[in-house]
Amino acid sequence: MPHISLKNLSIAYGHHRVLQDVTVNIPDKQITVIIGPSGCGKTTLLKSLNRLLDLNEDVKVTGDVLIDGVNTYDGNADILALRKKMGFLSQRPYPLPMSIYENIAFGPKVHRMSKDRIVQQINDLEGRMVQVPSKKNGQMDILVESYLRLAGLWEEVKDRLHTPASRLSIGQQQRLALARALAVEPEAILADEPTSALDPLSAQLIEKQFKFLKKNYTIVVVTHILRQARRIADYVIFLYLGELVEHGPAEKVFDNPSDERTRAYVSGEIS
Amino acid sequence: MRARRIEETIFKGLMLASLVLVLIMLAGIIVITVYKGAPALTLSMLVETPKGGYYLGKEGGIANAIVGSLLLALGASFCSILIAIPVAFGLQKEYTSWRYAGFTKLVLDVLWGTPSIVYGAFGFVVMVYFGLRASLLGGIIVLTLLMLPIMVRSMEEIIRTIPLELKEISYAMGTTKIETTLAVVLRQALPGIVTAVLLAFGRGIGDAASILFTAGYTDFIPRSIFDPVASLPLAVFFQIGTPIPEVQERAYASALVLLLIVLCVSLISRILSHRFSKNIVR
Ligand SMILES: Nc1ncnc2c1ncn2[C@@H]1O[C@H](COP(=O)(O)OP(=O)(O)OP(=O)(O)O)[C@@H](O)[C@H]1O
Ligand SMILES: [Mg+2]
Repeated sequence: MPHISLKNLSIAYGHHRVLQDVTVNIPDKQITVIIGPSGCGKTTLLKSLNRLLDLNEDVKVTGDVLIDGVNTYDGNADILALRKKMGFLSQRPYPLPMSIYENIAFGPKVHRMSKDRIVQQINDLEGRMVQVPSKKNGQMDILVESYLRLAGLWEEVKDRLHTPASRLSIGQQQRLALARALAVEPEAILADEPTSALDPLSAQLIEKQFKFLKKNYTIVVVTHILRQARRIADYVIFLYLGELVEHGPAEKVFDNPSDERTRAYVSGEIS
Repeated sequence: MRARRIEETIFKGLMLASLVLVLIMLAGIIVITVYKGAPALTLSMLVETPKGGYYLGKEGGIANAIVGSLLLALGASFCSILIAIPVAFGLQKEYTSWRYAGFTKLVLDVLWGTPSIVYGAFGFVVMVYFGLRASLLGGIIVLTLLMLPIMVRSMEEIIRTIPLELKEISYAMGTTKIETTLAVVLRQALPGIVTAVLLAFGRGIGDAASILFTAGYTDFIPRSIFDPVASLPLAVFFQIGTPIPEVQERAYASALVLLLIVLCVSLISRILSHRFSKNIVR
């Protein structure tokens, strides 16, 4: 049973129906890429997974989004716990209005993690017993460092942890966003066109990070860059005008699509 | 091509002319206030309350009005901040439907445009009803009412410009509405909030009509919030209306003090606002 699975999911903004009857299982610990032309509902699908859609007025969702077997659109689902499970990267990486250090510490602090819990988390992450310095907030210092390393940002920021995160470059901000999302110990990472605001080099770093992280996390990436999809995808979901046209392993969808529309899209005939 | 260049020149000229006009008026106000008021602005003006015969041009100063104005404006700013921040944040769409928020904003806009003498009259009626006399407390209450719409509306405008994506990022980490509001939205809005407070403070400290009946006027510094209190705008008003040149000069000195206070507060808020904005990405 995969962690994330969608059953007959339909979504409408008011009377405007955006997604129709989407049923798909998202494989664990792989990179699933959602592709499709602009406006076909990629972002909507992604945001339905952590109920970020709720922030919009007038959204109607029918069908099931099952996360670890729990239907998240069930009335008494714990939305906060669900969102904690699903790390989120937005198209533009806004740093929270605080320092680099506080950006990472934000999640653990909001979720009121105890010192012991944090030490446990670091040990789990590093796969060994970590020596925590005895000074005040020593465990948080280690946690911040661990996640900045995990996101591949530590070397660039270790000397200015307490300066405003807003001064980082956009590429660094996106890796900060990754570290910040990982620090709340999600099981999955949802990313909405995470490299579209980035220069090619920073984009490459993010892709590299995803490939590295997939051994521990389920990753869902929305992209409209076909070449990027080919580079990172293990599994592909192709949406067209709100319809789930095709999904399957990347080689299958890219090299031997079964639907004419998929073939036209991956060969660049429609976009 | 020629026509477009001429158009460009004309509009540039218009902008420059307007700018110069504004600067000249501003400079005029400052020059005249300084020119007429500076000679009377002695140390005793600042630190003494009016003595016998002050209003005939003899000894004393306007310490009563300076202290009074500061008490009134700071007190009212404090009360307004306490009320305005929750209201402004409550008007976000997470908390209030757009219909209700729109209605509230309309009411606030009407209140913003209401002449301050109306606030004064309203405050006076309420105070008479409760059998209160003009006092520092009455003045603070009326000034708070006067400043509230300005603060709430300017804060709300700032809060509305905060990108939805930033809130999404915060919510996506599993935060509650109040956590996102306090830890993210408030911080992001802080520079704008400082500016909103300054705007309201400026209107509050300079207003004469609303506190005329509610705060009263006295030659003494109030000893409790139930005592009447003097204020700089009213000091200007009373002194400029006398036929004695020395006293008229003192009106300008009072106006100059008022200007200086507003200038100081502006500078302080600029510095604060700048300090708070370094964490912010737009
Ligand atoms: N908040 C909203 N209210 C109403 N309609 C919306 C809203 N958000 C999106 N839509 C509509 O839903 C459809 C799908 O939007 P969505 O953002 O999911 O597309 P997308 O595939 O992510 O597109 P893009 O590649 O341009 O980001 C579009 O037609 C869009 O106009
Ligand atoms: Mg999108």
